[in-house]
Amino acid sequence: MARVLVVAECSGERLNASTAKCVACASEIAADVVVAVFAARGAQAPAEAAALAGVSRVLHVEWPSPPLAASLAPEVVRLASGCTHVLGPSSTFGKDLLPRVAALLGVGQISDVMSVLDPYRFKRPIYAGNAIATVRAPSDATLVATVRLASYAAVGAGTERVPIEIRSPSTAAPSHTRFVELRAEHADRPDLQTATRVVAGGRALGSAENFARLYELADVLGAAVGASRAAVDSGFVANDLQVGQTGKIIAPELYVAIGISGAIQHVTGIKDARTIVAINRDPDAPIFEIADVALVADWTRALPELIAALRGASS
Amino acid sequence: MLKVLVCIKRVVDYNVRVRVKPDGSGVAVEGLKMSINPFDEIAIEEALRLKERGQASEVLVATVGDAEAQPQLRTGLAMGADRALLLETSAPTEPLVVARALRALVERERPDLVLLGKQAIDDDHAQTGQMLAALWDRPQATFASRLEIDGARARVTREVDAGLEVIDVDLPAVVTTDLRLNQPRYVKLPEILKAKKKPLDVVPLSSLGVDARARLVVERVDSPAPRARGIRVQDATELVGLLRRRGVL
Repeated sequence: MARVLVVAECSGERLNASTAKCVACASEIAADVVVAVFAARGAQAPAEAAALAGVSRVLHVEWPSPPLAASLAPEVVRLASGCTHVLGPSSTFGKDLLPRVAALLGVGQISDVMSVLDPYRFKRPIYAGNAIATVRAPSDATLVATVRLASYAAVGAGTERVPIEIRSPSTAAPSHTRFVELRAEHADRPDLQTATRVVAGGRALGSAENFARLYELADVLGAAVGASRAAVDSGFVANDLQVGQTGKIIAPELYVAIGISGAIQHVTGIKDARTIVAINRDPDAPIFEIADVALVADWTRALPELIAALRGASS
Repeated sequence: MLKVLVCIKRVVDYNVRVRVKPDGSGVAVEGLKMSINPFDEIAIEEALRLKERGQASEVLVATVGDAEAQPQLRTGLAMGADRALLLETSAPTEPLVVARALRALVERERPDLVLLGKQAIDDDHAQTGQMLAALWDRPQATFASRLEIDGARARVTREVDAGLEVIDVDLPAVVTTDLRLNQPRYVKLPEILKAKKKPLDVVPLSSLGVDARARLVVERVDSPAPRARGIRVQDATELVGLLRRRGVL
């Protein structure tokens, strides 16, 4: 019988929302879903996991320190005994940890599962989503996979609260890797990777000063700010704002591209956005091929008008 | 002084639009411009900067693949790497196989630091560095946006979803690079000519005793579902009205 071990992701003492999405994927594989939560004694995360629909059991490994892949991986391997599958989120937490687990188990990993065809066959994006591969893994070995979070809706609350077993770490964590600190970035505005709305600018903005005017629009929308590679290469902004195949690949609810022509490597990074709005002076700009809403206009006029229209609309 | 091993992958250039073959057997890559995976290029650049700062003594660039990957190794040499190594195989290179090959290479070369891109932009697995660190039983620092070497340890700033995580790792260690770590240099013609004289060794992967059997089978490859055709609006007011009607705002 298939049994899936889901490695929960925590944000501090709380369960990260990615875990409920992994449980949704796990439930397509097996009826028996065990969630492993690495959290401090007394943390809320294990109880939150136990309340999720589709979970059959929760293992709370009392973990005093911030979870580092090198320490967690051997523990996950131990807990995986008796499980046919090990799943984790395709967040930076899961991407860091699961390949280490897979290598210790001597198996390959399926990254970014977007749908389950059967317990050993999956669809996953390659070439930043420009192609979708159907991948089969051997059924005689533990299957390790990460779940593409944009492909799954979080499961809700279950009808019962399942049991929580408390475990202590079985091995001493290696001393070769030490946590120093976690710094939240741009704490005053949404994170580009996870924001539900993103406003991005391209080369047509012409200068760093002009690019800065995008922040007013972002503030009105409550949006994160991104940039095309051309804007980064032109020196308007630092490359941490770069969106695209060689930058951040994002899937917000709303993406507003201003003065972005739509080079393939940029389009690749945004094409999973729910609604794409493009404003560009050039009616033939490739960005319009994927835009849901297109406005052919010079940004110098359109940007202030858009900000004014949004302010009017919200008042 | 560190010996740095940089592992690279030859991929379709990031500016090229790939097409899925009509029979679903894969992505058509024949005749397309090939380059060093952009994240691996950042890894090479970081190694070169360590050397230029006097913290590294040697930069070795390696790849696992067939003979066609030699031009990308030459580019690595032209950027400034000291020597190059091709672990040659014609078999498909899934991350676990590459990690096993690199584990064997690490045994031979004994680097203090292994740098790789956080992922390759073709298969998008993002696994190889972590797998190598596991097989080697050494620290890993993935998605690095800052790397500081201090004697026998490294302080690495990692780009994580929640912000920036700083960790210390003892060397030897595996570090995978994120976009923000640096901007790779452009290669100039004299360096390209000079690189032709630098050593590029070819080692058959089979000679390293690596289990190179692929475990994952790609059954087919399809194009993603196309997006519905968009609507053209006349001005910002109409745009906002449309977004409100659709419940986007």
